[in-house]
Amino acid sequence: MIPLWIILGYLVVLLLLGFASNRVSTGTQVDYFLASRGVGPVMLLMSLFGTTMTAFAVVGSSGEASQTGIGVYGLMASASGIVHALCFFLVGMKLWAFGKRHGYLTQIEFFRDRFESDAIGLLLFPLLVLMLFPYLLTGVLGLGGCITGVTTGAFPDVFKSTNGAIPPWLGEGIIVSVVLVYIFVGGVRSTLWVNAFQNVLFMGVGIVAMFVIAEKMGGFENATRLAREKNPSLLKRTMDEADKPRYEAAMVGYETKLSVWKETKVGPAPRKPHKPGIDPLDWLSYMLIPLSVAVFPHLFQYYLTAKSAKAFKLSVVGHPIFVMITWLPCVLLGVWFVTGEVNGKSILPPDADPNRVLAMGIKGITGPVLSGLMAAGILATNSLDAQFLVLGNMFTNDIVAHYAGRERFSEKQLLRMGRAFVVGVVVLTYIVSLTEPRSVFKLGTWCFSGFAGLFPLTIAAIYWRRATKWGAIASILAGGVAWLWMFHDSGYGSQEDYHFMGWMPVAPIVAVATMALIGVSMMSRPPTNRTLEKFFALGVK
Amino acid sequence: MKRLVLALVVLLFVLHQDVWWWDRIDPVVLGFMPIGLAFHVLLSILTAMVYALALKYWWPSDVDVADHEAAAPRKTGAEL
Repeated sequence: MIPLWIILGYLVVLLLLGFASNRVSTGTQVDYFLASRGVGPVMLLMSLFGTTMTAFAVVGSSGEASQTGIGVYGLMASASGIVHALCFFLVGMKLWAFGKRHGYLTQIEFFRDRFESDAIGLLLFPLLVLMLFPYLLTGVLGLGGCITGVTTGAFPDVFKSTNGAIPPWLGEGIIVSVVLVYIFVGGVRSTLWVNAFQNVLFMGVGIVAMFVIAEKMGGFENATRLAREKNPSLLKRTMDEADKPRYEAAMVGYETKLSVWKETKVGPAPRKPHKPGIDPLDWLSYMLIPLSVAVFPHLFQYYLTAKSAKAFKLSVVGHPIFVMITWLPCVLLGVWFVTGEVNGKSILPPDADPNRVLAMGIKGITGPVLSGLMAAGILATNSLDAQFLVLGNMFTNDIVAHYAGRERFSEKQLLRMGRAFVVGVVVLTYIVSLTEPRSVFKLGTWCFSGFAGLFPLTIAAIYWRRATKWGAIASILAGGVAWLWMFHDSGYGSQEDYHFMGWMPVAPIVAVATMALIGVSMMSRPPTNRTLEKFFALGVK
Repeated sequence: MKRLVLALVVLLFVLHQDVWWWDRIDPVVLGFMPIGLAFHVLLSILTAMVYALALKYWWPSDVDVADHEAAAPRKTGAEL
């Protein structure tokens, strides 16, 4: 029951932060969605970092490291540190300046203005919503599953069908209700405060867990020594000769199980053994995935909250360090758990589910307090609040206020409408999550590639004077078609290691979108002088 | 200096490809971090240092927006 109490305490703190943030609200739309453009360096770093570090950073990195090894750090963490911070510097600061100078509330307002096109808004709105929604759903489903996992056995008489655990529908309901309450009352300011608290929590718990677990395993050196003895491939990025027989035997077993499963179709399909090592071309193309932070609508919204361009400085420098503090313990724990022993007993069973490696490992060798704190830390790694809020903002400003006419509504009405849309998005997400659309997890990973496909458009909108409306539309369509074609070709995400000519899908999507943008922009009429003056005049001084 | 900073940013991307340690575990830094991990942890720190230089020497001229340059609050309808 201790982990459950810790989680409840964590959720209460979120609610208190939401209500506290409401006390400084000015009751306007700009305050509700953009914190009156008054966020300083520390809170901006916390919000940008907290939003880019999803549950994947904590849960997924350990699971991935338990299979792929230490290479996961370079593949995802150091790459994210380099690319994310560069995006904050090259994209975030510029967008903030445009937002402040021209009063934008949403990403689509910027694109409409820059490309002198209403149609681009109609094209981008459904695209952004459709790509954000699966991302949102994966968060809700993942967190609901986390609550179920942590509470196993807590209520044996109440929830018999789930071994006494809080069932996913209830766990998901609790999570979305808490998020809804604090964003309803506090708006984006509540998400900033909550993010700050969450970052401290998951970074702190990660570091403490690393030291406690290393000590239980006989020290840092001993934990790594065990990994070297039992599975040396986990300590480099190629398959070690010593691991080849094990991998080949696992593949034979898999083929046998698969042929049986194909005939009977009973139970889930067997999981393909993970081939140790990382392909250098994957390594290179993976570098494009973090470009999505330049495009995520919820991050755009956070960019606009900054008090000044100087507020970004701390985020640019601090982000790579924060990523390191979060990922290093998770990657090491993932490797140590899979090969580690305590009192001569393996920490994990041989075929442990990668997504449960962290929770099982911690539960297996530490007490309930650390286990509960880690569960709260995992719950803290979500950006649901920012995503719910930005969807409410987009519905209010990009659709209703834009087409019905802003002058028709008072400030209070717009604010009420914004809140109503936030509630609508939350309720809709919850209802869809009840259908348990597990396939959304496959779609979720593809959405990152889709967002990265809009990167050429974003960077050209800011830095390339010659980028035109038709070039922008062509880029969106070309990237979208490439995405759809490959998604279809991959069996709608069921082929998990899908590659196109050796590259991860993100690389051809970005390439096609870039070529369409350049080619069509060069063939179409340049933007008007009014637009060039509005977006580039100061830059060429 | 601006060019040097730009070169350092490019260098970060080149260093990230570290094919030279792809197949190596040794040296194990501090007794527990294989070189492939330790190098990337160091790269994270180096990234922060390079970007600190970028902020100092590559600061864009057009992002400092004074309050008087900011857009006026948008017109909405009268309060009901």
